[in-house]
Amino acid sequence: MDDFLAARSQMALSLGFHIIFSCIGMVMPFFMAVSHYKWLKTNDEVYKNLTKAWSKGVAIFFATGAVSGTMLSFELGLLWPKFMEHAGPIFGMPFSLEGTAFFIEAIALGFFLYGWDKLNKWFHWFTGMVVGVSGLASGILVVAANAWMNSPAGFDFVNGKYLNIDPIEAMFNKAWFSQALHMCLAAFTATGFAVAGVHALMILRNQNKVFHLKAFKIAAVFACIGALLQPLSGDISAKDVAKRQPAKLAAMEALYQTEKPAPLLIGGIVNEKDKTVKGAIKVPGALSFLAHGDFKAEVKGLDQIPENEQPPVAITHYAFQIMVGIGTLLALISLVYFINLIRKKSLLEKRWLLKLFVLAIPLGYVALEAGWVVTEVGRQPWIIYGIMRTKDAVTPMPGIAFSFYIFSAIYLSLSIIVTFLLYRQIKMVPVLYSNVNPKTSDH
Amino acid sequence: MEYVVITFLCLGILLYFLLGGADFGAGIIELFTSTKNRSRTRKTMYQAIGPVWEANHMWLIIAIVILFVGFPHIYTTMSVYLHIPLLIMLIGIIARGTAFVFRHYDAIKDDMQWLYNRIFRYSSFVTPLFLGIIAGSVISGHIDTDAKDFLSAYVYSWLNWFSVAVGLFTVALCGFLAAIYLIGETDNDHDKRRFIKKAEYMNIAAVIFGAMVFIAAQFDHIPLVDWVFKNMIGLTAIILASLSLILLWYLLIKGKTQILRVLAGFQVTMILVAISYAHFPNFIRLKNGEAISLFETVGPPKTIYSLGLALLLGSILILPFLGYLFYKFKKKEE
Repeated sequence: MDDFLAARSQMALSLGFHIIFSCIGMVMPFFMAVSHYKWLKTNDEVYKNLTKAWSKGVAIFFATGAVSGTMLSFELGLLWPKFMEHAGPIFGMPFSLEGTAFFIEAIALGFFLYGWDKLNKWFHWFTGMVVGVSGLASGILVVAANAWMNSPAGFDFVNGKYLNIDPIEAMFNKAWFSQALHMCLAAFTATGFAVAGVHALMILRNQNKVFHLKAFKIAAVFACIGALLQPLSGDISAKDVAKRQPAKLAAMEALYQTEKPAPLLIGGIVNEKDKTVKGAIKVPGALSFLAHGDFKAEVKGLDQIPENEQPPVAITHYAFQIMVGIGTLLALISLVYFINLIRKKSLLEKRWLLKLFVLAIPLGYVALEAGWVVTEVGRQPWIIYGIMRTKDAVTPMPGIAFSFYIFSAIYLSLSIIVTFLLYRQIKMVPVLYSNVNPKTSDH
Repeated sequence: MEYVVITFLCLGILLYFLLGGADFGAGIIELFTSTKNRSRTRKTMYQAIGPVWEANHMWLIIAIVILFVGFPHIYTTMSVYLHIPLLIMLIGIIARGTAFVFRHYDAIKDDMQWLYNRIFRYSSFVTPLFLGIIAGSVISGHIDTDAKDFLSAYVYSWLNWFSVAVGLFTVALCGFLAAIYLIGETDNDHDKRRFIKKAEYMNIAAVIFGAMVFIAAQFDHIPLVDWVFKNMIGLTAIILASLSLILLWYLLIKGKTQILRVLAGFQVTMILVAISYAHFPNFIRLKNGEAISLFETVGPPKTIYSLGLALLLGSILILPFLGYLFYKFKKKEE
């Protein structure tokens, strides 16, 4: 494996790993806060136990997310020193704010996890909310930094020099809003479906139904609202990408030739050599509409992008298809769930609906990862879009393949252990949180 | 604003050393605790560092963000030439943080605990060792930006007597800080005496490794003696550190533990000042005799201005909240 490929793979792996953990860390606190609030209002012991059970999950995920995030702040320099040398002062603003937000999150989590029976109950609840809000803020800020790589702003690039640097302008670049919105909704949707799905599974197995049903309802509401809003945010993103990064949009849709009007391709096998797509369903004019809001508009194809500035088409296209496909499916499940809710049908009788949620446990995260593949691979060959190429940013140190292997092993074992820990947490729910002996729920 | 940013950088490094160091030290103490006392040590440790350990490690993030936003050339030089020790340190951080949380939150306590404990203890040792090695390498003048081969560019930059001695010295200091911290966190005399003993051993180790740092410096032709003794600040700092050492031993033997923490923190701070004052504002010393200074590599004015502002604003939010956290979870006097 050559060093450049190894560096890219290691970065992708680290990001891919960190994203899942940080999403859970930023969304779960809100579920906890709802359950905690219900406990404070109703005094229903089940909600207290649920809050505690979830908080243990959050502690595990937060710690894993925090260490993998620490890792990333070094990895940027370890793998892409030439990028950081120039980009650091320009896009560093969101990172310095994120440092603050992350710090507050860690402090608040300390209060929340160890504060049972020690703090004023509303202050305790408030610290849980702070965990969520500052986690969300961290997420938005980091995405704003990534958005800058897609939509560089806040400097003038003159003869290879970065002049007139303005970090505030860089932070509020053109892509930050659409990317951050899309990411936040994705985090809520993916985490919501994963959590709801796990509890649905336990309901189907007839274990601690009261406990799991309450948990399911809280998570499902967040998940379904997120999934229904996501297509709107996706539309904003598509129009934004069409304007700023036509090469990425063309790769997403494997649009080799400029067309007017351009059809939307669903599925299909991409042949990068012949520049053709086989077996795709074509929806006439739909891409023109998605990209420009007009069924007859022209959409730029890859033929208008110089060969050495084109992203890999097949990966981007497939990843985009996966993301949109799953997104649509989750939105449909959400719709069914809400219709069911409005009709006031009992969930316990609709086992097929619960089964759908179980099916959706991994789907949200698959879509989320696919979305990041679209963003990152679709930006190639650039690390700073239109300014610096990824291959010019890589570290001069040879042997990166070894560190890639080491980190693959680490992340793989961490994933296995975390899954194992969650399995055990869930398995122990009847023992730890049965109302007969609530004392045992303390650590 | 430059000075604000540099102050925060120094503060971040110092606090990471003191708080994160004590935190690593707790694992080192556990490593050097006999099997029969380990579970007691673990219990004390949870109560002591459980609520604050995440926050303690945030100082590293603050320092690293300041470096890459404000002083990118320093950050990238370190990233390139100290790639290997940084990587090992990161693996240590990952292993330690996850093992600490996993062993606490595993719903079933069984043989897996054995694995978590092992990982936690060894990574608690390895991580500060490599932190020390990195710190030593930055000032040792072994970083060679003109190097042509792999070994001299990426290995000898950090694998030298001086850096390794600084690494071991750091480990001993961390253990010492932790022992002092834990003395005040126990609720019985038996453990208190145990931690006092540990503090004494760790202090002896620190003095020995400290001497080794000076010997290694001679060996590697590093003018450490000049740095420490040939300027007023360095000299004053080292005298104060020595004085507090004597006072510390007196208090340890007498069993008076109230102001030990402050004293230990003060002592370590003085050691850091003594070692680093002479090169300020130089940050990295290179093999060709040149140095990378904070002021020469400082980022563009608007960046530094907004970074300073973000740090000031952040500290208004963070510090009271953090102080309250420490206050709330500190052991209450009976």
